[in-house]
Amino acid sequence: MFPASFGYVAARSVEEALALVAKHGEDGKLLAGGHSLIPAMKLRLQSPRTLIDLGTVPGLRGVRQDTAELVIGALTVHADVAASELVRKHLPGLAEAASVIGDVQVRNRGTIGGSVAHADPAADLPVILTALNATFVAQSPTGTRTIGVDDFFTDFYTTALNANEILTEIRIPIPSSGTGTAYAKLPHPASGYVVVSAAVLITRHASGTCTSARIAIGGLGSGPIRAIPAEMELQGKPLTSQVIAAAAAKAAEETDPVEDAYASTEYKQHVATVYARKAIEAAVDRAKS
Amino acid sequence: MTAEAEYAAVPITVTVNGVKHDAVVEPRTLLVYFLREHLGLTGTHVGCDTSQCGACTVHLDGRAVKSCTILAAQANGAEVKTIEGLANGDIFHPVQEGFREKHGLQCGYCTPGMIMTAVHLLETNPNPSDDQIKHALEGNICRCTGYVNIVESIKWAAERMRKG
Repeated sequence: MFPASFGYVAARSVEEALALVAKHGEDGKLLAGGHSLIPAMKLRLQSPRTLIDLGTVPGLRGVRQDTAELVIGALTVHADVAASELVRKHLPGLAEAASVIGDVQVRNRGTIGGSVAHADPAADLPVILTALNATFVAQSPTGTRTIGVDDFFTDFYTTALNANEILTEIRIPIPSSGTGTAYAKLPHPASGYVVVSAAVLITRHASGTCTSARIAIGGLGSGPIRAIPAEMELQGKPLTSQVIAAAAAKAAEETDPVEDAYASTEYKQHVATVYARKAIEAAVDRAKS
Repeated sequence: MTAEAEYAAVPITVTVNGVKHDAVVEPRTLLVYFLREHLGLTGTHVGCDTSQCGACTVHLDGRAVKSCTILAAQANGAEVKTIEGLANGDIFHPVQEGFREKHGLQCGYCTPGMIMTAVHLLETNPNPSDDQIKHALEGNICRCTGYVNIVESIKWAAERMRKG
């Protein structure tokens, strides 16, 4: 299988890539790791006339700490996110999510920026980044802006990025002590994509009560869904197994997932409550240590 | 702009198994077809062609990747290692030898990809558990051996490599 013919330009800087994006307009498409885009092009679901390769732009890879945030370059591959000492230390839930994407070869090539900009409703990273309250840095010819995760994923395969912007980095607050993060996923047995997944960030006071919680569920809608009723259920309460179970039971409230060949609406909602509980329990365990 | 100019071929330089190749490729040329059809290195196989089966696995700058999902243009300036680059003259790589010793193949179609993934695993983890081997092989599909002997082959190779 081959993609339809296209032109290829290797960008050497973000500025050059932005100029190419402006020049090619709707006929152009940015290429990161290519592990969503190239398969789509082989199936002729996408036929851009020009690919603008960001893989040749220096400075977009790697994980670094910038005071109270971890900053991940948009072209950082999943394997490097999963292996990063900074990520493993501060955000084990993100390392967990990055390590269950696709398979080894996919993780060696697919990038965090490519994944979130593609915004596949069955992707892993949008879910954990929602729980972690990430922000996305978008560069345009006129400057740079940041977009909060709750405003970023707007629809199926659609984000708040404008056509003249390039996502350059993802910034994630480093949690305070007493905070735990976790990700739990039911993968589709054939594709490995998310059937349902749950991501959790919980801060636990020394007394054992929950001082804050963010819970995101994947697989139930066009993108990650904040399980706000479940978060409210935890807020201010002692993190006992009963409280956790009661919160997890609300993980799929106000959702209406579409039935597919693999899972019914009711099954997806039920699995969301099970995986929310697993992720909350894991996050609470980490918050304790 | 004419279509010809718009879709202009791109010059690339790729080092494959230690040999530098200069070529001019159509942008839509996939790395696996560059290896097989431009360079004649047909050891790397095309299985599913949809980045699932792993038969096309090669090393790109030292990492196992699926060459059916990478443009040859993206490999410009990179080092590629294929199954043909593993043996040292007549001496097989321990993983190749392991697959022979432990009957890790029947038809052999998936074998080059299995071996390239296994070599990458053992380079990063010289003493993997059965579970770690299985996890590492998630992206490689075999439909005749049933995987048991593949895991045995890789364990055999790991032991051989640890002994040096």
